[in-house]
Amino acid sequence: MSDTKKVLTDPLVNNNPITLQVLGICSALAVTSQMSTSLIMAVALTAVTACSSAAISSIRNHIPGSIRIIVQMTIIASLVIVVDQVLKAFAYEISKQLSVFVGLIITNCIVMGRAEAYAMKNPPMASFIDGIGNGAGYSLILIIVAFFRELFGSGKLLGIEVFPLVKDGGWYDPNGMMLLPPSAFFLIGFIIWVFRQWKPEQNEKADFKIMDISHGEGGHH
Amino acid sequence: MSNGSLKERLDNCEHYQKFDAYKDKILALGNDSLEKTIAVALALCFVCAILVSFAAVALRPLQIENKALDMKKNILEVAGLLEEGTDINQAFASQIEEKLVDVDSGDYVENMDAVAYDQRKAAKDPAQNIAIDSADDIASIKRKAKIAKVYLVKNGETIESIILPMHGYGLWSTMYGFLALEADGQTVKSINFYDQAETPGLGGEVVNPNWRALWQGKKVYDDAGEPQLRLIKGVVDTAKAGSEYNVDGLAGATLTSNGVTNLVKYWMGKQGFATYLDKVRTKGEG
Repeated sequence: MSDTKKVLTDPLVNNNPITLQVLGICSALAVTSQMSTSLIMAVALTAVTACSSAAISSIRNHIPGSIRIIVQMTIIASLVIVVDQVLKAFAYEISKQLSVFVGLIITNCIVMGRAEAYAMKNPPMASFIDGIGNGAGYSLILIIVAFFRELFGSGKLLGIEVFPLVKDGGWYDPNGMMLLPPSAFFLIGFIIWVFRQWKPEQNEKADFKIMDISHGEGGHH
Repeated sequence: MSNGSLKERLDNCEHYQKFDAYKDKILALGNDSLEKTIAVALALCFVCAILVSFAAVALRPLQIENKALDMKKNILEVAGLLEEGTDINQAFASQIEEKLVDVDSGDYVENMDAVAYDQRKAAKDPAQNIAIDSADDIASIKRKAKIAKVYLVKNGETIESIILPMHGYGLWSTMYGFLALEADGQTVKSINFYDQAETPGLGGEVVNPNWRALWQGKKVYDDAGEPQLRLIKGVVDTAKAGSEYNVDGLAGATLTSNGVTNLVKYWMGKQGFATYLDKVRTKGEG
C-alpha cells in the first residue's frame, strides 16, 4: 500500500515531471494565462497519461521492440482525440480557448516519458496510478503558474475580479508581461528554485567544477 | 439474445475458431518476429480506429448543437437581445431572421436555404467562393464566399438592425465576428468577435465588453460613401471633427488593431457589404 502511495505522491514534489524532469514545458507556457484553461488542461493531461499508461502496460509483453514508440504514440494519440471530442461536446467554451493545445497533448513529453519509463515495465494498475501521480504533479505546477499569471496579468482568478483594474476605475495596473508566455518561464524557474532550496537533494551535480585557484596547479608557490 | 448463446455461436463459428487459433499463434511468437510486429500493428490500428470513430460519431450531435447554440448566442449578443437566462433557441427563432445576400450584387438570394447555409464552409469551397485580388485583399483572407449570411432583427416589417459577418487576419489568427448596424446601414450598434486567437490580454481584448461598448453610435461611411470607421492609436478625442469614425485602439496590440481596421474597411467597402447596404437604404425594406 505504501508503495502505491509513493507512486502517487512522489511526482508531486520529489520527482515532479516539470520541476525535476523538466518535461512538458511547452504546454505549461501556453495554457497558463488563465486558471480555467489550466484546470481543464490539467484534467485532460492527467486522464490521458493515466489511461495511456494503463493501456500500454496491459499490452507491454506483446509490444514488438522495433515499433514500440509508434505503438505508444498511436495509443496516446487516440486517447487525446477522444478527450478533444469529449471537451468539444461537453465543455465547448473551454475547448475553444484551449484550441490546439489539447491536440498537442500527443506530443507532451510527460505522457510519452511515463509510457516509456514506467508503463513498459510495470503492471497496468500501478501504471495507471503512476499516470495519475505524474498528471497531478504537472497539474500542480500548471495551477501555481496560472494562479500568478491570471492574478497579476488580469487581476482575476477563474474569471472573477480580485484586483479592480485601473481601466475599470480600480487601482490595479495589470502586468501585461504576465499574459505573455515568457512570464511562465520565469515563474517555472522560480518554482524550481523554491523546490530545490526546500529539497537540496534535487540539485544536479555540476558537469564541470570551476577549479579553485588556490588549490589548483601552480597555486602553491 | 443472452451472452451464453452469443459465446456458443462464436465457438461454433468457423471463422472465429480460425481467428482464435491465429491469435494464440501470434501471442506465442517472439516479440521481434516480423509476423507478430505486423499483426500487433494492425490489431492496434483497428482497435484505436474503432475507439476514435466511436467517440467522433457518438459525440457529433452534441458538438453540432453546441456550435449552433454558440453562434446563435453570439448573434443575439451583438444584437443586444441577450439577457441573463434567455432561452437562446427560442429568442433566436422569434426575433432574428436569417437571410442570404449575394455579396457582389447586394441582392437577397431567395432560392437557397438560409438556415442551413454555412458561410465559413462556403468560403473554403472552390465552387462557392471567389479569389480576392491581392491589391483588394486588405483583410488578408484570400478567398471569400460569393454568398454571405446576414441576420436581420425586425419589428413587424421594419428592420431594426442588420447584423453582418466579417472576418480578417489579426496578428496570429483570422478573427471572425459580427458588426450590428442600425437600420440606416450607417450607425454601429455593436461588434463582437466570436472566434479569434489573438494574444490574451492584449489583442485578445477585442472580446472585452468595455472596449466593444466604445463602438456604439460610431458611423461607418463618410459623405462620399467610403467606409471611414477605424481604430486609432490611443484614446479618441470626442471633441475633434471625425471622431465619430474613430474607436480607441487596443493598447499594446497594434497589429490586431490594424487587423480590425482592415477587416471593417474591407467588409464595409465595395468588396463587402457596401452595395447591399445601399440597397437596404434606398428600399428601406428587408
